[in-house]
Amino acid sequence: MTALFDLKDVAKSFVKGKEKITIFEKLNMTIEDGDFVAIMGPSGSGKTTLLNMLGGVDQPTGGEVWFDAERVDSLSEGQLAKWRANNVGFIFQFYNLMPMLNAARNVELPLLLTKLNGKQRKKNVETALSLVELADRAKHMPNEMSGGQQQRVAIARAIVSDPKLLLCDEPTGDLDRATADEILKTLQLLNREFNKTIVMVTHDPAAAKYAKRTIHLDKGEFVEEELVA
Amino acid sequence: MGLFSQIWTVVVMNVRSLPQRLWMSLAAVLAVSVVVAVLLSFLAMSNGFASTLGGTGSDSVAIVTRSGSQSELNSVIGRDSVNIVSTAPGIAQDENGQPIYSAELYVVVDGIKKSSGTEVNIPMRGISPEGFALRDRVDVVAGRMFEPGTNEILVGQGVIDQFAGFDLGQEVTFGKTRWSVVGVFSTGGTAFESELWADARLVQDLFNRGNSFQTMRIRLSEPGNVEGISELIENDPRLILDVDTESDYFSSQGEALQGIVFFGWGVSIIMGLGALAGALNTMYTSVASRAGEIATLRAIGFSNVSAFFGTLAESVVLSIIGGVIGALVSYTFMDGLTTATMGPGFTQVVFTFEMSPELFKNGIQLALIIGLVGGFFPAWRAARLPVVTAFRKVA
Repeated sequence: MTALFDLKDVAKSFVKGKEKITIFEKLNMTIEDGDFVAIMGPSGSGKTTLLNMLGGVDQPTGGEVWFDAERVDSLSEGQLAKWRANNVGFIFQFYNLMPMLNAARNVELPLLLTKLNGKQRKKNVETALSLVELADRAKHMPNEMSGGQQQRVAIARAIVSDPKLLLCDEPTGDLDRATADEILKTLQLLNREFNKTIVMVTHDPAAAKYAKRTIHLDKGEFVEEELVA
Repeated sequence: MGLFSQIWTVVVMNVRSLPQRLWMSLAAVLAVSVVVAVLLSFLAMSNGFASTLGGTGSDSVAIVTRSGSQSELNSVIGRDSVNIVSTAPGIAQDENGQPIYSAELYVVVDGIKKSSGTEVNIPMRGISPEGFALRDRVDVVAGRMFEPGTNEILVGQGVIDQFAGFDLGQEVTFGKTRWSVVGVFSTGGTAFESELWADARLVQDLFNRGNSFQTMRIRLSEPGNVEGISELIENDPRLILDVDTESDYFSSQGEALQGIVFFGWGVSIIMGLGALAGALNTMYTSVASRAGEIATLRAIGFSNVSAFFGTLAESVVLSIIGGVIGALVSYTFMDGLTTATMGPGFTQVVFTFEMSPELFKNGIQLALIIGLVGGFFPAWRAARLPVVTAFRKVA
């Protein structure tokens, strides 16, 4: 496998009032192409900040972030938006579907940033919804679906433009155990069958077991790494 | 595709989600509609007033008044001056070779306004048969013409509508003199319809005007050309007079209501600031309630430009809806409304509120400005919203 992400001496701090709060001082990390990494740790350990930096929605205050041999930490906001559109699919704890759009329209959103025409977009949306077994719910509004179905729509939205990377922030945090397992199996399928690189932040040890490896963070440092499978 | 489709998607989502912010959105729409309705009502009033006075005059008729007089009421012209001016070149002549002109009196009498019950000044014109001939659209629509030398009056159609006690067949008293209303005349909606007409010589006698008049109206041999009369007046030191075409004279009188236009704009701008505050509040609330959606779209890769224009479009849509409602309300309740107000010369002028496409455009433009300014700053905030918001719980 080749390195998809390479974090070199990444630092992140911010000023709150008169106090400087440091989250990372010198974080080094490599994520291989096709990896499925679970990041665990107590609240305040920096897991979400790390995920945000990997997704280009938060910038490090020091060090370098390389993605697929391209340095991304120095990109402008507009360049980062394009980079995210091309390479990253996000899956959020609370799904973050647009309440006024039906499932198909929600899934179509990332494709509006591509040059695909309406027919091609429709076909891709159908494929993505089929993959998460929700083809028959395409016209349903988010409030007409269960939490698990909404999260599967969110997964379809994340993969519809075929990004290399999926970033998941507590993707099962709002779901019951059985539904969570379904979602995690879908993620595992995407990793194994479609070679999606997945980085997942979770509090749930059972969820972490679906990943290939788990990284434990505490106070901005890696304290442990374990291979799951 | 690209930026346009991003913006369109955000606009569609914002507009579709308006029912979620129904009351706040309705308040913004209402505020804009009130501002536009008020502005258009003022402008329709001014438009109607100017149009009434502007339509009153003719290019083929010259009006001679005392130099410096602001209106017919404070003008005085003696019979000798009338005789001199009637010899000026450029005056049309009748079949007997006589100059066509009419020396007229213009006095005020008391009347009661129907709408308010207040006492007002109504103009009464002493006029001769030549004066009728000088007005193209005059028509006795009910009753008959007054008999010269008798206490009979014709009343303008506007007078009957707006003032009490002037119905056909009624008797009215001005001072110690009783007059009989024997006819109603129309002049096609011009300011003359706000007047009472009676025999000129009788008015001279009963109002103690000796042998003087207020104005002299002259049929021009060449429409719009008052040079001959003007030169005569300038070259004769006995004549302290002004001459103008009747249409120019009434148009300038119509500008007397320009102050109301400024007042209308002033009131509208002050109210507009209130509507602007409402729009800002609505849009800031909208941005706050959609923060999660905006941030999610940004995380997906939508540009901040789309967030900006999407928010701005929502504000503009609300304001335009308000503007259209305001314009329709103003049109429904104001267009065609007839009223009377103090005209130049401290007499009442009956006129009709007049909406026009131009006024509609003004109203919509004002709404658009409120929408753009009211949406700009919230849109700016939407564009600058931190994307990490998307990772927090969506409210």
